[in-house]
Amino acid sequence: MAELDTSGGGKHKGGKVRSKKQSTRVDLTAMVDLAFLLVTFFMLTTTLNKPKAMDLVMPDKDEKVKDEKPVPESRTMTILLGKDNKIEWYLGLPGKPLAPPTTDNFGRNGIRKALLENQKKISDASGGKPMIVLVKPSDHSVYKNMVDIMDELNIAKIDIRAIVDILPAEVELLKRDGNY
Amino acid sequence: MTAMCDVAFLLLTFFILTAKPRTDDPVPVDIPASTMKIQLPESDLATLTVGQKKVFFGVEGFEIRKEVLKQMSDKYKVPFTPEQIIKFSALPTFGVPIRMLPGFLDLDGDQKKNFKQPGIPTDTTATCELFDWVRTARVVTASLDNKDMRVAIKGDGKEEYPTIAMIIKVLQKQKVNKFALITSVKSVAK
Repeated sequence: MAELDTSGGGKHKGGKVRSKKQSTRVDLTAMVDLAFLLVTFFMLTTTLNKPKAMDLVMPDKDEKVKDEKPVPESRTMTILLGKDNKIEWYLGLPGKPLAPPTTDNFGRNGIRKALLENQKKISDASGGKPMIVLVKPSDHSVYKNMVDIMDELNIAKIDIRAIVDILPAEVELLKRDGNY
Repeated sequence: MTAMCDVAFLLLTFFILTAKPRTDDPVPVDIPASTMKIQLPESDLATLTVGQKKVFFGVEGFEIRKEVLKQMSDKYKVPFTPEQIIKFSALPTFGVPIRMLPGFLDLDGDQKKNFKQPGIPTDTTATCELFDWVRTARVVTASLDNKDMRVAIKGDGKEEYPTIAMIIKVLQKQKVNKFALITSVKSVAK
């Protein structure tokens, strides 16, 4: 097909030597091979899907300003992140919780269900006001837990949330239930 | 054959033009997945790579890198040669204390790869090197590009939370309260 045609032009008649007619076709096989090699190389070395990002907004930590509004405890859900991907959550204050601390795990039947149920419960009890979620990662939780829980909050469309430092009382709580 | 050749070269051109070489992380980083699909900007961005309790710093843009290094060099009184500054501008991410940086920049490709980078010195005070790198990068980005620099954290999924908390504290010390966590994409588990 694309080979260089080097056979003589026509039949030899009467021993007459004719000049060979050169074909204009060039062998492209090697070039195509090279092109595909380079295509493969570039395909493998480039990252086509650009990294996606999750935005994280932390509460402003200004030592001077002290006009923080108190968080209404009746609408607060606190999520503690423990070791081995375990979660513990409660409603209200740590001393006298409105719902007792519950150990949970990540996933569809774990924290997502609890988030949706609590959201509904709090919304019903307070007349349609949104739930406030405080995420408190302990020292034994890993970065993936934090990303996962923020993702769950995004899925549940809970916008009022914050990552806060864990309190000693809550560490005790995690220790008691074997999650620390 | 001609058509195949055409297609091959078309693809080749496409890949060459879109190519952005994959940057190797100095430590293995397994980024966690999330359902968020916000695109990360390609310029005016600093990336903090976190893994094995070490922090690595990188900022986008050759000119910004050069200027950042010059200002850090003045601040910490560590001199750099023009060659080292050019080498630094091609460095996507690094994790060595600034006193070791000239020596690190003089290493060639393979040595650099095998060099165990100790990470950028980080603590919660406002005088640690990480604080100054981020701050200088923000100042330079604001003056060169007239834009606010975004800070992205690329963390290993198994990194323990205290390391992340420390970085967040360093950022909050300079009132960077909003930053991006780099994640890979997953779909919502139904």
